[in-house]
Formats: sequence, C-alpha cells, structure tokens
Amino acid sequence: MSVHTRTVAELSAGLAGGEYSSRELTESCLQHLRQPAADLNAIITVTADQALAAADAADRRRAAGDAGPLTGVPLVHKDIFCTRGVRTSCGSRMLDNFISPYDAHVVEQMAAAGMVCVGKSNMDEFAMGSSNETSFYGPVKNPWDTAAVPGGSSGGSAAAVAGRLVPAATGTDTGGSIRQPAALCGITGLKPTYGRVSRYGMIAFASSLDQAGPMARTAEDCALLLEAMAGFDPRDSTCVDREVPRYSEELAGDLSGVTIGLPKEYFGEGLDPEVGAAIDAAIEEYRKLGASFRDISLANTHLAVPAYYVIAPAECSSNLSRFDGVRFGHRCESPRDLEDLYKRSRGEGFGDEVQRRIMVGTYALSAGYYDAYYLKAQQVRRLIRDDFLQAFAEVDLILGPTSPTAAFDIGERKDDPVSMYLSDIYTIAVNLAGLPGISLPAGFVGRRPVGLQLIGNYFEEGRLLQAAHAYQQVTDWHRRSPEGDN
Amino acid sequence: MEWETVIGLEIHAQLATRSKIFSGASTAYGAAPNTQACAVDLGLPGVLPVLNAEAVNMAVRFGLATGCTIAPRSVFARKNYFYPDLPKGYQISQYELPVVYEGEVLIELDDGETMRVGVTRAHLEEDAGKSLHEGFQGVTGIDLNRAGTPLLEIVSEPDLRSAKQAVAYMKKIHSLVRYLEICDGNMQEGSFRCDANVSMRPKGQAEFGTRAEIKNLNSFRFVEKAINYEVERQIDLLESGGTVVQETRLYDSVKGETRSMRTKEEANDYRYFPDPDLLPLEITADEIEQIRATLPELPDAKKARFVSDFGLSPYDAAVLTAGRDLADYFEAVVEAADGEAKLAANWVMGDLSGALNRDGREIGDSPVSPQMLGGMLKRISDNTISGKIAKDVFEAMWNGEGDADAVIEAKGLQQVTDTGAIEAMIDEVIAANPGQVEQYRGGKDKLLGFFVGQVMKASKGKANPAQVNEMLKKKL
Repeated sequence: MSVHTRTVAELSAGLAGGEYSSRELTESCLQHLRQPAADLNAIITVTADQALAAADAADRRRAAGDAGPLTGVPLVHKDIFCTRGVRTSCGSRMLDNFISPYDAHVVEQMAAAGMVCVGKSNMDEFAMGSSNETSFYGPVKNPWDTAAVPGGSSGGSAAAVAGRLVPAATGTDTGGSIRQPAALCGITGLKPTYGRVSRYGMIAFASSLDQAGPMARTAEDCALLLEAMAGFDPRDSTCVDREVPRYSEELAGDLSGVTIGLPKEYFGEGLDPEVGAAIDAAIEEYRKLGASFRDISLANTHLAVPAYYVIAPAECSSNLSRFDGVRFGHRCESPRDLEDLYKRSRGEGFGDEVQRRIMVGTYALSAGYYDAYYLKAQQVRRLIRDDFLQAFAEVDLILGPTSPTAAFDIGERKDDPVSMYLSDIYTIAVNLAGLPGISLPAGFVGRRPVGLQLIGNYFEEGRLLQAAHAYQQVTDWHRRSPEGDN
Repeated sequence: MEWETVIGLEIHAQLATRSKIFSGASTAYGAAPNTQACAVDLGLPGVLPVLNAEAVNMAVRFGLATGCTIAPRSVFARKNYFYPDLPKGYQISQYELPVVYEGEVLIELDDGETMRVGVTRAHLEEDAGKSLHEGFQGVTGIDLNRAGTPLLEIVSEPDLRSAKQAVAYMKKIHSLVRYLEICDGNMQEGSFRCDANVSMRPKGQAEFGTRAEIKNLNSFRFVEKAINYEVERQIDLLESGGTVVQETRLYDSVKGETRSMRTKEEANDYRYFPDPDLLPLEITADEIEQIRATLPELPDAKKARFVSDFGLSPYDAAVLTAGRDLADYFEAVVEAADGEAKLAANWVMGDLSGALNRDGREIGDSPVSPQMLGGMLKRISDNTISGKIAKDVFEAMWNGEGDADAVIEAKGLQQVTDTGAIEAMIDEVIAANPGQVEQYRGGKDKLLGFFVGQVMKASKGKANPAQVNEMLKKKL
C-alpha cells in the first residue's frame, strides 16, 4: 500500500471512504520509519505503541461516526513539544533522559483531532540552528540530496515530510525554523501570527518569537492542520483569544484584486541568482493568477539579523536557566559542590551553539550593556514592525525568497556562525514583527529545492493559505518527490 | 560625633490568595514537601506563567490604602540567578514599573507624635521554594511548595531614624495588610517578613552613609534587636576609623548579632528584563474604582471614629484599632452593651486581653463572645452586679458556664439593693463591734472603711457598695 506518498487531504479521503483503516495506515507509516528508503536521521523517537493505540482509537471514533478530517492521519511532532510518557529531548543531551509528564497544547490539539503521533522528529538543539547540525542526535539529511542539510531547526520534520515518511509534521519557528527547512526540503510550512497557536508545552527558545505551525506537502494540508492546532489556550498569556477561521474551506478564490509587494531588500546582494530566477518565475505565475505587484521597501531589513541575535539569545539565556541539573535532565557525575553541579551539568548537557547563544544573551543583558544591546534591539524591532505595517497599508501580501540559497552541504557552514545566521535573513524579520509567513516549493537549483515566501498581515493566515493554494493549483513543485514525482 | 541612623525596610507580605501567583497550585501552608508544586512551579520545560488576578486585586487594595498611585501599566520582569530552590533560574518580579508606587503611612511614636513614612513602591513577585538542611545527611533537600506563592514587596523610603520607628512602621504595615485581608500576617510561618537597610551619617549631613542590608527578619523583636546591633556595629566601625561596606548581612537570633553574607562585589548581576511570557499588566480607572469600593474602614479612620463617636482616648482608640479583629470585637461589645463604650474599652483591653494572653488565644477564638461580654456589661450598668463581682462572672463565662445572666442566676450573684436587708446587716455589724463604733463616733472617720468591709463580707460581696456607704454613715 503506497499510502505514504499521499497528502493529508488524500489520506483523509481514503480513511473516510474506508479504503484503509488508521491502523493499517499507521502500521505502514511505522514500517517506513523503521526502514526508510534513505537513512535521513529525521526521527529521534518512534512512538509505535502509543501510535497503534491512537490509531485504534481513531478507527473506533470513525466507526462511531465521530471522525474529523484529520482523524486517523499520522504525523510526527518536533521533539520540542512535550509529549506525555515520551522522551522529549529538544535535540539536546540535556534532555536525553527527560520523559515529559504532560502534553503540550499542540500535542493535545492534534490528538483531539484524532491525529496519530508516530514519533518525535529531530531538530537543532533547543531549536538553535539553521541546518539541523547542532542536534545531539546527529545531523538530519536532506531527502533530495543526502549530502545537503535539510535546514533547521525543524529539519527532522521537514525531512520526514519531504522524504515521505509521514504526511504531516509540527514545527516551531523562532527566526525561520519552519519556513527555511520547508524551503530547503521542498515542502509547505506555515509560521502563524505570534499568539495564534499556544506555546504551552513547547520548550521555549525565545519566548517573544517562538511560534508553532504546520509542515506538510501542500497549503491545503497546512490549512487542515492549522485549524486543529490554533485556538485559545488560557495557559499561554500571549495566546490570542480569537476565533479560528475554517481555513480549509476558504482556500478557493482567485487572486484578482490582490496586490503583492516585492521588497527590494529581499532581491539584493546575497541572493543566489538561481533562487532569484525561480522566484521571478513564481511572480509570473502569480501575475497569470490575477495578482498585481508593487515594489516596496522594508528599509530596516538589514537590521533584522543583528537585532534577532541580541533578543533571541537574551531570552534563551534566561529560558535555559531551568536546565541546571537539579530537578530533571542531565546531571554530571559526582558533583563536588553546587557550583560544580551547575557548571558541569550545563557544560556537558548543552552543545556548542547553545552555549554560544547563552553566553551572548547573558552578555547582552548584563549591567552596563543592557541599554546598548537589548533595549536598542527592541527599538530596532519596533522599526521593523513599522516597516511591515506601512507596507501592508499598500499591499495585501509580501513575496520573496524564503532563504537566499538552496540547501548547502552538511558541514559547509558549521564553523561559520555568521554565514549560517544569514540563511534566515528573509525570515527573521517576520518573527520580530510577529507576522504570519508561509514557505512553498517554487523550483529547484539542481536537485535542491527552492522556497517561495509569502508574508501576510496579522492573523491573515487565511489569505496566505489561499494564495499558496492558488499557486499550487497551477504548479506541481509541491508534488515532486525525491523518489520521483507523485 | 553624634550619629543619625537611617533605615528603610523592604517588607515581604505573602498574599492570601488560594492559588499561586502564576499557577493553579494551592498556597496552603504546612503540606508535605513538594505536594503543592505543579508543573509550572517545578519549572518543567515548556510551562508558562498565568497571572493570578486576585493577587493583582490585593496589590491594588494595598496601594489604595497607602495613598499610592496605581500604575495603569506595569511590567513583570525576570530576575535571573541560579539557586536550587529557584526552579526556573529566575524569579518573576517587577522591576522598573511596579504595580503601585509613591504612597505613605502614618505611625504613632512613643511620645504620642504622629510620623509620616513614605512608601516608595510595592510590587508583585513570586516566592522561591525552600532549601532544607536539617534532617539530611550530606545533601540538601528542596521543598517547592512555597515556590510561586505571591508576595507583595513593600519598599519604604529611608525615613526611619531608629529601630523603634522601624518596628512601629512594620507593625503599621502588618495591621494594614490584615485589615485589607490580603495577608494573614503570620510571621512564624514567614508570611510577613522584612529586610532592613541600615546606614549611619553624622547628624546634620544630607548625604546617606553606606548601607548594609539585613535579610529575612521574621519578628518585630528581631527587627529591633538586629537594627540596634547593626547601628552599634556601624558606629563602632566608623568611630574607630573604619568604613561600612555595602553588603548583605544575616541576623543570627541565637547570638543576637548580624554577620556578613555577601559583599557588593559578590552580588549577582540579576540581568533583569521584561518577562516575554507575560503581557504588561494593565489596570483601568474603572477597575481601580471597583476595588476602592470594596475597601474596609482602615485603622486611622477607625481610630478617629472611636475617639469622636465613643469618646475614647487616642491611646485606647489606637490599641483597639491596631487589629481589625480586636476592633470588630470591641464594636460588637459596645453594641451588645447598649453603647457603654468606655466600660467596654476597659474590659476589652483589661480582663479580656489578660485572659487571652494568659491562655495564648487569639481574639477570634475567645470563649467569651462580644455578645456575652456586652451582656455582662449591661448587668454592671443596671447595678445587677458590681464591677468586682463582674470579674467572677467573667471568669465563669470564660470557663464555659454560660452567659452573664445564667452565671448570676446560678451563683446567686445579684447585687443586694433591698434597703431592709442591708439595714439588717448593718445593725448586726454595729452590734458585733461596739469598740470600733465608739472610736468612730469619737472622730476616727477612717473606720468607715472597716464597717463597709464588714457589711460587704456579711453580704458575700453582693451588697451595693454605694448604698452600704450611705446607710452606714446615717446609722453611725
């Protein structure tokens, strides 16, 4: 049964039509996870027993006439989401022994929709990375070219979907961690508006930037997944109490009358010409679909990466203080005293990139530096948001490349943090502003996919999904598979 | 040189909310270790804080009661430091923008003067857990039941000039938080404690001297002793040519001394920054007015009313209004005693307080209810019993023998006011003491007391003393 090549919407129809049960689907999926065509290292933990139990429950629910569109469909959760009774590692040695006693809101929501979690996907350690090379569990390989990185930090989720291990995955995006790996792996990934999805149970990296979102093959699938994922959760004070639109029912519609802005800063120096050419082609498609274009400027774009690399490390330096070897997580052998316990537990538990960011953030918040770094970065953040608000006074959507290049080689940028950080240059500003953004497949550079990014105004996920869906009705990039088209 | 002491207090009042400031776990005291710590209190990966609205309400109540400005927008910040009983590695507190600021309280000094003490600010924060060293061999136990308990940190201006003033101020805040029902004030359980900042300067000098901060004082007595010790220590140091270093000190109540805990150089850099998990706290003028409408009468207003309405002395009024429970009890006694306020004040401050102290009871669990006490006072004013007999009645009520009328009835304690009966007793006494009668009639007036005593004895104390006096004079 080659169900593994099907989209969420197709599987949903198959389950509804009785073509297969969730149990059969889940078993087939687990089979692929255990014996993948290529060892992508996309999954940290396979949750076979829980998955089969959830699949049986989904089948009973269907028999009782109580099934929703996602009931019985498998997915993987990024290993940043706490999952009760299952190791939740966050890609770190620090949490290699951590069995979460509770479920994240996103995990609860997907389970309530009847989805079957088959495993926890690999990721950059504590979501800090753009290549999935900082994971304690080793790098993830790009299904399109196993010499290439899948992007990060949700690289395991992206590779699992692109490699047809699962039809859907959850991800989190702090500076591009859904969109950039979606782009590099040739899938569709949506980062919702900050506050659209509850952060409860999602291990914090940078609290004011983190946002969970869906990763799947198509915009239609992302719409179905976001419907289940979004919604008010009183346990997250930054979660917005706002009705969740029926995204999947509002996908149709043409793009005439839609104005799309092209920020000149997203097409300048640093953009790989072949990526640029793919985006130009996508612009032509959109023109054919009825959209009109306008050149705009997001003048403070060049400040986004520097501001981000103050704010995100500052928040992470505080968020990661709880990993101290006292109550859970890694503890060093025979500590001499309290200070030794702290230093060695954290020194051993955290990898280099995490330690680098903790130190940068600690420095930025220190007495005498706070104003010059943290406060200044917050001011820059407001300027960046104002740029977007000004733009959205004139345009409905903003379009550009998701990342300046296609996937790079494993190891290529590992020792050069700045070049690594620049692969998020087009995605980071969106997090600083708290806006929604989506990446969708728009071509290839050689065998390596190119991602197109659309950015919307606050809570306009519906418009983003509609525009992405329209494009996917006239292109087939999203249907391409590393194993051949399907 | 003459030195002036400068003191400012930081009082930590645990707010009497049912659940914690950022989680739903119970705040009840005394549970088995770590049974009242939920995922949020434990700082598990992924958990988030949600602000307890009741804690905010209580902070606003305090602000209104002390004439503070209520911030329309205040911000929670993270205070970062590592300690095993601080699960997240940071304490959620308020730093630059506290919920209420710039108020004052009035305190009574021993000489009867009233003094104004500025309240710089009061901010909301979470308490840490406890590190347990006793009963563990070679390890430290951590109890996180207290972690996340809401605290109001009340910071005074450096307006206090002596340990006595500091104690008076602390007592005033203690009284206020209990009036407001925002803190149980239990100092043994640590619900109300303070840090004292103490410095010295030559009298007349405007600039402050270098201060030392004495941490975690949990009784009025310790506050007084610790400050007095610290004042002497600093004066000795300064007069012997030394300098005071800015540092944190601990008070050792066994040795009665303070000692250095850490100096400024060793102090943490707390790296405060706004907590991104919590939105700024916004309080509207409407919400403030709604809270204001629920405020009880506060001690200063109550005291003024006791003086003007009941004719009490300012001293008595101050004693009776120091605690809301006592004031409420007193007012209930006055009502039950048909307005006999002065008599009520004497009994409440005298025999009742004495009995409570003796038995170690709080006013709330006095075996004599205000209605019982008031009922007895009515029997004094209508001459059913004398003040002396009343003491026996009170003891009987205290011991659970029923209300005043029942005790008087059962023991036959009614005052004898029947002139015939008194006259008969007087005649008997006169007949039995001819010698003394002769001496009295011979001019020894002082002997009247002897005769009164004899008659009272004969009546078993029940004769009305005024009546006996008057009739004796006539007969003799």
